Amino acid sequence: MLELSMNILDIVENSTRAGASLIKISITEDRGDDILRIEIVDDGEGMKPDIAEKALDPFYTSKDVRRVGLGLPMLSHAAKITGGRFTIESTKGKGTVVTADFGHSHIDRQPLGDMPGTLVTMIAGNPRVDFVYTHLSDGESYALDTREIKNELEDVPIDHPKVIQFIRENIRDGLKEIGAGR
Amino acid sequence: MAKLKIEDLKKIKERVQGETALRAGTRRVKVTVHMGTCGIAAGAREVMDSLMNEIEESGVTDVVVTTSGCMGLCSREPEVTVEILDQDPIIYEFMNQNKMRQVFKRHVLEGEIQTPFALAKTKGQS
Repeated sequence: MLELSMNILDIVENSTRAGASLIKISITEDRGDDILRIEIVDDGEGMKPDIAEKALDPFYTSKDVRRVGLGLPMLSHAAKITGGRFTIESTKGKGTVVTADFGHSHIDRQPLGDMPGTLVTMIAGNPRVDFVYTHLSDGESYALDTREIKNELEDVPIDHPKVIQFIRENIRDGLKEIGAGR
Repeated sequence: MAKLKIEDLKKIKERVQGETALRAGTRRVKVTVHMGTCGIAAGAREVMDSLMNEIEESGVTDVVVTTSGCMGLCSREPEVTVEILDQDPIIYEFMNQNKMRQVFKRHVLEGEIQTPFALAKTKGQS
Protein backbone atom coordinates (compact mmCIF):
# COMPACT_ATOMS: atom_id res chain seq x y z
CA MET A 1 0.00 0.00 0.00
CA LEU A 2 1.36 3.35 -1.01
CA GLU A 3 -1.31 5.64 0.37
CA LEU A 4 -3.28 5.89 3.59
CA SER A 5 -6.46 6.11 1.55
CA MET A 6 -5.76 2.64 0.10
CA ASN A 7 -5.29 1.22 3.59
CA ILE A 8 -8.61 2.76 4.59
CA LEU A 9 -10.37 1.19 1.61
CA ASP A 10 -8.90 -2.14 2.60
CA ILE A 11 -9.88 -1.97 6.27
CA VAL A 12 -13.41 -0.88 5.35
CA GLU A 13 -13.66 -3.99 3.18
CA ASN A 14 -13.24 -5.97 6.44
CA SER A 15 -16.14 -4.03 7.96
CA THR A 16 -18.46 -4.68 5.03
CA ARG A 17 -17.56 -8.37 5.10
CA ALA A 18 -18.43 -8.37 8.80
CA GLY A 19 -21.94 -7.29 7.81
CA ALA A 20 -21.71 -3.69 9.04
CA SER A 21 -24.58 -1.38 8.14
CA LEU A 22 -22.93 1.82 9.36
CA ILE A 23 -19.23 2.56 9.03
CA LYS A 24 -17.72 5.72 10.44
CA ILE A 25 -14.36 6.88 9.16
CA SER A 26 -12.66 9.83 10.72
CA ILE A 27 -9.34 11.41 9.98
CA THR A 28 -7.85 13.99 12.29
CA GLU A 29 -4.83 15.99 11.29
CA ASP A 30 -3.20 18.05 13.98
CA ARG A 31 -0.01 19.59 12.70
CA GLY A 32 0.68 21.33 16.01
CA ASP A 33 0.83 18.01 17.87
CA ASP A 34 2.28 16.38 14.74
CA ILE A 35 -0.32 13.66 14.59
CA LEU A 36 -2.54 12.15 11.94
CA ARG A 37 -5.20 9.81 13.30
CA ILE A 38 -7.37 7.43 11.33
CA GLU A 39 -10.32 5.85 13.10
CA ILE A 40 -12.69 3.34 11.55
CA VAL A 41 -15.73 2.31 13.58
CA ASP A 42 -18.18 -0.31 12.36
CA ASP A 43 -21.26 -2.07 13.69
CA GLY A 44 -20.38 -5.40 12.11
CA GLU A 45 -20.34 -8.77 13.82
CA GLY A 46 -17.09 -8.05 15.72
CA MET A 47 -14.51 -10.55 16.90
CA LYS A 48 -13.76 -12.45 20.07
CA PRO A 49 -10.70 -11.06 21.91
CA ASP A 50 -8.40 -13.91 20.85
CA ILE A 51 -9.33 -13.45 17.18
CA ALA A 52 -8.89 -9.66 17.36
CA GLU A 53 -5.39 -10.24 18.67
CA LYS A 54 -4.59 -12.81 15.98
CA ALA A 55 -5.84 -10.43 13.27
CA LEU A 56 -2.54 -8.55 13.52
CA ASP A 57 -0.60 -11.66 12.61
CA PRO A 58 0.07 -11.60 8.84
CA PHE A 59 -0.19 -15.37 8.77
CA TYR A 60 -3.65 -15.41 10.27
CA THR A 61 -6.76 -15.02 8.13
CA SER A 62 -10.44 -15.85 8.50
CA LYS A 63 -10.61 -16.86 4.85
CA ASP A 64 -9.73 -20.21 3.38
CA VAL A 65 -8.78 -19.15 -0.15
CA ARG A 66 -5.26 -18.16 0.91
CA ARG A 67 -3.02 -18.42 3.94
CA VAL A 68 -2.14 -14.80 4.65
CA GLY A 69 -4.12 -11.80 5.89
CA LEU A 70 -2.12 -8.66 5.30
CA GLY A 71 -4.61 -5.79 5.55
CA LEU A 72 -4.43 -4.99 9.27
CA PRO A 73 -0.72 -5.90 9.66
CA MET A 74 0.20 -3.50 6.86
CA LEU A 75 -1.76 -0.60 8.37
CA SER A 76 -0.31 -1.34 11.79
CA HIS A 77 3.19 -1.39 10.34
CA ALA A 78 2.62 1.82 8.38
CA ALA A 79 1.60 3.57 11.61
CA LYS A 80 4.38 2.18 13.77
CA ILE A 81 7.24 3.15 11.44
CA THR A 82 6.17 6.79 11.81
CA GLY A 83 6.43 6.61 15.60
CA GLY A 84 2.69 6.10 15.85
CA ARG A 85 0.51 3.41 17.32
CA PHE A 86 -2.19 1.06 16.28
CA THR A 87 -5.07 -0.42 18.22
CA ILE A 88 -7.97 -2.68 17.42
CA GLU A 89 -10.88 -3.09 19.80
CA SER A 90 -13.64 -5.48 18.99
CA THR A 91 -16.72 -6.73 20.75
CA LYS A 92 -18.42 -9.84 19.49
CA GLY A 93 -21.86 -8.91 18.25
CA LYS A 94 -21.28 -5.16 18.50
CA GLY A 95 -18.55 -4.10 16.12
CA THR A 96 -14.94 -3.13 15.74
CA VAL A 97 -12.90 0.04 16.21
CA VAL A 98 -9.57 0.37 14.43
CA THR A 99 -7.36 3.33 15.33
CA ALA A 100 -4.06 4.21 13.71
CA ASP A 101 -1.92 7.17 14.75
CA PHE A 102 0.84 8.46 12.52
CA GLY A 103 3.61 11.00 12.98
CA HIS A 104 2.22 13.67 10.65
CA SER A 105 5.54 15.08 9.51
CA HIS A 106 7.45 11.79 9.64
CA ILE A 107 9.30 11.12 6.39
CA ASP A 108 7.96 7.57 6.22
CA ARG A 109 4.34 8.56 6.64
CA GLN A 110 2.39 7.56 3.56
CA PRO A 111 0.59 10.43 1.85
CA LEU A 112 -3.16 10.58 2.36
CA GLY A 113 -3.71 9.93 -1.35
CA ASP A 114 -7.00 9.83 -3.20
CA MET A 115 -9.64 9.94 -0.45
CA PRO A 116 -12.45 10.85 -2.89
CA GLY A 117 -11.56 7.75 -4.93
CA THR A 118 -11.56 5.57 -1.82
CA LEU A 119 -14.91 6.87 -0.59
CA VAL A 120 -16.77 6.61 -3.89
CA THR A 121 -15.39 3.09 -4.38
CA MET A 122 -16.77 2.13 -0.96
CA ILE A 123 -20.13 3.78 -1.61
CA ALA A 124 -20.58 2.43 -5.14
CA GLY A 125 -19.41 -1.03 -4.10
CA ASN A 126 -21.68 -1.17 -1.04
CA PRO A 127 -24.72 1.00 -1.76
CA ARG A 128 -26.71 -0.50 1.13
CA VAL A 129 -24.08 0.32 3.73
CA ASP A 130 -24.04 3.80 5.22
CA PHE A 131 -20.83 5.74 5.58
CA VAL A 132 -20.03 8.74 7.72
CA TYR A 133 -16.78 10.44 6.87
CA THR A 134 -15.36 13.28 8.90
CA HIS A 135 -12.08 14.97 8.30
CA LEU A 136 -10.57 17.47 10.70
CA SER A 137 -7.59 19.46 9.58
CA ASP A 138 -6.22 21.86 12.21
CA GLY A 139 -9.71 22.78 13.41
CA GLU A 140 -11.30 23.00 9.95
CA SER A 141 -13.71 20.18 9.23
CA TYR A 142 -15.42 18.36 6.40
CA ALA A 143 -18.22 15.84 6.81
CA LEU A 144 -20.12 13.50 4.53
CA ASP A 145 -23.01 11.30 5.64
CA THR A 146 -24.54 8.95 3.08
CA ARG A 147 -27.75 8.75 5.17
CA GLU A 148 -28.33 12.45 4.47
CA ILE A 149 -27.67 11.93 0.78
CA LYS A 150 -30.02 8.95 0.58
CA ASN A 151 -32.75 10.95 2.32
CA GLU A 152 -32.44 13.66 -0.25
CA LEU A 153 -32.28 11.27 -3.19
CA GLU A 154 -35.42 9.31 -2.24
CA ASP A 155 -35.86 6.63 -4.96
CA VAL A 156 -32.70 7.49 -6.87
CA PRO A 157 -29.96 5.00 -5.97
CA ILE A 158 -26.82 6.42 -4.36
CA ASP A 159 -24.65 4.39 -6.75
CA HIS A 160 -26.09 6.14 -9.81
CA PRO A 161 -23.13 7.40 -11.91
CA LYS A 162 -24.28 11.04 -11.69
CA VAL A 163 -24.62 10.85 -7.91
CA ILE A 164 -21.23 9.17 -7.55
CA GLN A 165 -19.68 11.90 -9.68
CA PHE A 166 -21.32 14.53 -7.48
CA ILE A 167 -20.06 12.89 -4.27
CA ARG A 168 -16.55 12.61 -5.69
CA GLU A 169 -16.43 16.30 -6.57
CA ASN A 170 -17.96 17.28 -3.25
CA ILE A 171 -15.29 15.40 -1.28
CA ARG A 172 -12.50 16.71 -3.50
CA ASP A 173 -13.61 20.34 -3.07
CA GLY A 174 -14.37 19.91 0.62
CA LEU A 175 -10.97 18.43 1.43
CA LYS A 176 -9.21 21.10 -0.59
CA GLU A 177 -11.12 23.80 1.26
CA ILE A 178 -9.99 22.58 4.69
CA GLY A 179 -6.41 21.96 3.56
CA ALA A 180 -6.54 18.21 4.16
CA GLY A 181 -3.50 16.06 3.41
CA ARG A 182 -1.08 18.98 3.14
CA MET B 1 -17.32 23.71 7.69
CA ALA B 2 -17.41 22.43 4.13
CA LYS B 3 -20.91 21.14 3.49
CA LEU B 4 -22.91 19.14 1.04
CA LYS B 5 -24.67 21.27 -1.56
CA ILE B 6 -28.21 19.96 -1.16
CA GLU B 7 -29.45 22.10 -4.04
CA ASP B 8 -27.09 20.38 -6.49
CA LEU B 9 -28.19 16.99 -5.23
CA LYS B 10 -31.82 17.94 -5.84
CA LYS B 11 -31.02 18.88 -9.43
CA ILE B 12 -29.36 15.51 -10.02
CA LYS B 13 -32.33 13.72 -8.50
CA GLU B 14 -34.80 15.51 -10.77
CA ARG B 15 -32.72 14.83 -13.86
CA VAL B 16 -32.16 11.16 -13.06
CA GLN B 17 -35.66 10.25 -11.85
CA GLY B 18 -37.03 10.02 -15.38
CA GLU B 19 -34.70 7.25 -16.47
CA THR B 20 -36.58 4.06 -17.29
CA ALA B 21 -33.93 1.49 -16.34
CA LEU B 22 -33.94 2.90 -12.85
CA ARG B 23 -37.60 2.21 -12.26
CA ALA B 24 -37.73 -1.12 -14.04
CA GLY B 25 -34.71 -2.24 -12.03
CA THR B 26 -33.17 -3.81 -15.11
CA ARG B 27 -29.46 -4.32 -14.72
CA ARG B 28 -28.10 -5.78 -17.93
CA VAL B 29 -24.49 -6.04 -16.82
CA LYS B 30 -22.80 -6.45 -13.45
CA VAL B 31 -19.12 -5.55 -13.24
CA THR B 32 -17.27 -6.61 -10.11
CA VAL B 33 -13.91 -5.14 -9.22
CA HIS B 34 -12.09 -7.43 -6.81
CA MET B 35 -11.14 -5.19 -3.91
CA GLY B 36 -9.17 -7.34 -1.46
CA THR B 37 -5.86 -6.22 0.05
CA CYS B 38 -4.07 -7.78 -2.92
CA GLY B 39 -6.33 -6.08 -5.47
CA ILE B 40 -6.06 -2.66 -3.83
CA ALA B 41 -2.27 -2.92 -3.60
CA ALA B 42 -2.15 -3.86 -7.29
CA GLY B 43 -4.27 -0.89 -8.39
CA ALA B 44 -7.91 -2.01 -8.19
CA ARG B 45 -9.13 1.40 -7.04
CA GLU B 46 -7.71 3.08 -10.15
CA VAL B 47 -9.39 0.40 -12.28
CA MET B 48 -12.66 1.12 -10.45
CA ASP B 49 -12.18 4.86 -11.05
CA SER B 50 -11.76 4.42 -14.79
CA LEU B 51 -14.77 2.07 -14.90
CA MET B 52 -16.96 4.59 -13.08
CA ASN B 53 -15.75 7.37 -15.37
CA GLU B 54 -16.51 5.31 -18.48
CA ILE B 55 -20.03 4.58 -17.25
CA GLU B 56 -20.60 8.24 -16.44
CA GLU B 57 -19.32 9.40 -19.82
CA SER B 58 -21.22 6.78 -21.84
CA GLY B 59 -24.44 7.62 -20.02
CA VAL B 60 -25.58 3.97 -19.73
CA THR B 61 -27.90 3.18 -16.85
CA ASP B 62 -28.15 -0.61 -17.06
CA VAL B 63 -24.63 -1.38 -15.82
CA VAL B 64 -24.09 -1.90 -12.12
CA VAL B 65 -20.67 -1.76 -10.50
CA THR B 66 -19.81 -3.61 -7.35
CA THR B 67 -16.77 -4.71 -5.37
CA SER B 68 -15.82 -8.01 -3.80
CA GLY B 69 -13.06 -9.42 -1.67
CA CYS B 70 -10.11 -11.56 -2.63
CA MET B 71 -10.81 -14.95 -4.17
CA GLY B 72 -7.35 -16.39 -3.72
CA LEU B 73 -5.73 -15.55 -7.05
CA CYS B 74 -3.76 -12.65 -5.58
CA SER B 75 -0.89 -12.88 -8.06
CA ARG B 76 -3.20 -12.04 -10.96
CA GLU B 77 -4.76 -8.90 -9.48
CA PRO B 78 -6.30 -6.51 -10.32
CA GLU B 79 -9.16 -8.74 -11.40
CA VAL B 80 -12.51 -7.71 -12.80
CA THR B 81 -15.54 -9.93 -13.44
CA VAL B 82 -18.00 -9.00 -16.17
CA GLU B 83 -21.39 -10.68 -15.95
CA ILE B 84 -23.78 -10.02 -18.78
CA LEU B 85 -27.36 -11.15 -18.17
CA ASP B 86 -27.88 -14.80 -19.19
CA GLN B 87 -24.18 -15.29 -20.00
CA ASP B 88 -21.37 -16.93 -18.07
CA PRO B 89 -19.22 -14.43 -16.12
CA ILE B 90 -15.78 -13.63 -17.52
CA ILE B 91 -12.91 -12.88 -15.13
CA TYR B 92 -10.22 -10.54 -16.42
CA GLU B 93 -6.72 -10.52 -14.92
CA PHE B 94 -3.87 -7.99 -14.61
CA MET B 95 -6.24 -5.12 -15.26
CA ASN B 96 -5.28 -1.48 -15.49
CA GLN B 97 -7.11 1.69 -16.47
CA ASN B 98 -6.55 1.25 -20.21
CA LYS B 99 -7.58 -2.39 -20.24
CA MET B 100 -10.65 -1.48 -18.18
CA ARG B 101 -11.68 1.15 -20.72
CA GLN B 102 -11.26 -1.37 -23.53
CA VAL B 103 -13.22 -4.08 -21.69
CA PHE B 104 -15.98 -1.59 -20.95
CA LYS B 105 -16.26 -0.33 -24.53
CA ARG B 106 -15.89 -3.71 -26.27
CA HIS B 107 -17.30 -6.27 -23.86
CA VAL B 108 -19.77 -4.44 -21.63
CA LEU B 109 -21.20 -2.25 -24.37
CA GLU B 110 -20.71 -4.43 -27.46
CA GLY B 111 -20.63 -7.94 -26.04
CA GLU B 112 -17.25 -8.88 -27.45
CA ILE B 113 -15.15 -10.78 -24.88
CA GLN B 114 -11.60 -9.43 -24.70
CA THR B 115 -9.82 -12.79 -24.66
CA PRO B 116 -6.24 -11.46 -24.40
CA PHE B 117 -7.02 -10.15 -20.89
CA ALA B 118 -9.32 -12.96 -19.81
CA LEU B 119 -8.31 -15.29 -17.02
CA ALA B 120 -11.31 -17.58 -16.97
CA LYS B 121 -14.93 -18.13 -17.80
CA THR B 122 -16.89 -19.24 -14.77
CA LYS B 123 -20.29 -20.69 -14.18
CA GLY B 124 -22.87 -18.05 -13.42
CA GLN B 125 -24.04 -17.68 -9.84
CA SER B 126 -26.52 -14.86 -10.09
